[in-house]
Amino acid sequence: MTERLHAGGHPATGPLLLRQFRHQNKLFLRNPFSAFFSLAFPLMFLLLFGSLNGSQRIPELGGIRYAQFLVPGLLAFAVISTCYTGLATSVPMNRDLGVLKRIRGTPLPAWIYVAARILSSVWFSLVSAVIMIGAGVLLFHVRIIWRMLPAAALTLLLGAACFCALGLAVAALIPNGEAAPVVANFTFLPIAFVSSLFYPMVGAPAWLNTVADVFPVKHFALALEDTFNPLVVGSGFRWGHLGMLVLWGAIGAVVAVRRFQWEPRTDRPGGQRPRVSRAWKASA
Amino acid sequence: MAAIRVAGLRKRYGDLEAVAGVSFEVAAGECFALLGPNGAGKTTTVEILEGYRERSGGEVEVLGFDPQHGERDFRERIGIVLQSAGVDRELTVEEIVALFGGYYPHPRDAGEVIDLVGLGEKRAARIKTLSGGQLRRLDLALGIVGDPDLLFLDEPTTGFDPSARRHAWELVDSLRDLGKTILLTTHYMDEAQSLADRVAIIAAGRIVAQGSPESLGGRDVAEAVISFRLPDGATLADLPGDLPAGIQRDEDRVLLRTSAPTSAVHTLTGWALARGEELEALAVTRPSLEDVYLQLTGSAERPAEVVHD
Repeated sequence: MTERLHAGGHPATGPLLLRQFRHQNKLFLRNPFSAFFSLAFPLMFLLLFGSLNGSQRIPELGGIRYAQFLVPGLLAFAVISTCYTGLATSVPMNRDLGVLKRIRGTPLPAWIYVAARILSSVWFSLVSAVIMIGAGVLLFHVRIIWRMLPAAALTLLLGAACFCALGLAVAALIPNGEAAPVVANFTFLPIAFVSSLFYPMVGAPAWLNTVADVFPVKHFALALEDTFNPLVVGSGFRWGHLGMLVLWGAIGAVVAVRRFQWEPRTDRPGGQRPRVSRAWKASA
Repeated sequence: MAAIRVAGLRKRYGDLEAVAGVSFEVAAGECFALLGPNGAGKTTTVEILEGYRERSGGEVEVLGFDPQHGERDFRERIGIVLQSAGVDRELTVEEIVALFGGYYPHPRDAGEVIDLVGLGEKRAARIKTLSGGQLRRLDLALGIVGDPDLLFLDEPTTGFDPSARRHAWELVDSLRDLGKTILLTTHYMDEAQSLADRVAIIAAGRIVAQGSPESLGGRDVAEAVISFRLPDGATLADLPGDLPAGIQRDEDRVLLRTSAPTSAVHTLTGWALARGEELEALAVTRPSLEDVYLQLTGSAERPAEVVHD
């Protein structure tokens, strides 16, 4: 037991974070919905779309095979489902049930709890990437373009971080757990269909592309898709798109940190937002 | 040494003053109960002491800390059993107790804690399969797994069957025997009476009475009531003349209030024996904790003061 303690007498940070991370992973795998929507659902799309059109060529993208476009597109979809939809849905539900309130009453530092949830989402984004790319290679002859793999990895991590921040921000703003799935899906799905995740948006009305350009989904999709496009030269870093991810991630992080709630909204007389102790925020 | 010191505590929610000047102290090693109806301010008071709420006014010191600073050192020494707080339902009992134990510097053994609260058979069961009473026992396990010096119990036995309640009471007693300080809120008079060294009754944001369960509201020195049924054929006029004054009739029963029940019962039973009769339904009662509670909380009106910011 003593090896878990350090000088201050608190359990050591590293092992604490690792345990909490593994705990979140366990919850993710035991929750049929999260595992299904993050891992199985995108894979199902891949099998379906890939079987129907995998070998067709996309003239608008210089004639590359559809499967070569679809795998990174659906991977972006999987990452957003895991990070954004997952957190924006489960955090308000946990809050409503008092899970977060109970955690707040323990000595576990708030930042470790939140960090473990983020790391767990990022971890399953990576798992999803391995599954999707593996399935693409084995079933649809997708080519991994090794010179652009570092760009693909960076894009994936930045995207996961950005959508975790946005998921937590939306979780902080959603009034209750019942509204959470509605808000999470309603803010993502309409944008998903115009953001080049499932098919290229080349030839779509200009105004639609302008709208999609505002949101981070399309930038994430395009940056990831380019790293699988054999016609792209160089190392494949799309700094403009990545910049948009950083910007949206930063906005999400600021909102999440300022507005994060540990207690159910309806829990107190007068229905007010509880004032969290300043020191609690400081320790968070 | 006082484990908890509260002086002039106030909490406002907009125009509503939920806690309107509460003061009490809890000594280290003591079990203290806050008793009061819903909305009286007891949960608000406890949540301020736990560090969940900022107070609007007054002084609060818990284990030498100001709880609203919420330090990790402070939270390592308290255990909280909230009235309603969820857990991740897909975990097993053992997993969650072990996980929570890891948050504290000197946790108790998870298996031992699970046995203590009587969930030994459910050790490997998913939390979603537990009954309401079993969930409450899990709450208790999570409250004590960090081996806290001070334990907050917010209505800990609501939803328990009688034997589970007895078991929980024994557990709380054993924690107190270990020198832990316990702050309890409850609706149940018998729970306060059985567990608490001292009780404070809170109504409309104020403490209206405070003391040991035996002496609360002066019930230890209150007049006793002797009641019995008059033997057939006897009337009030037949009763011995040296009984205390103030005899009342309530249907077929006779009620006699006295501050000296011993001699009154002696006189009365002597009279009955001399007549060769049985005094049916003979009873000596004092106001119960419940009587005191109902009297105090019923008469306390919520102050209609409006606070202007």
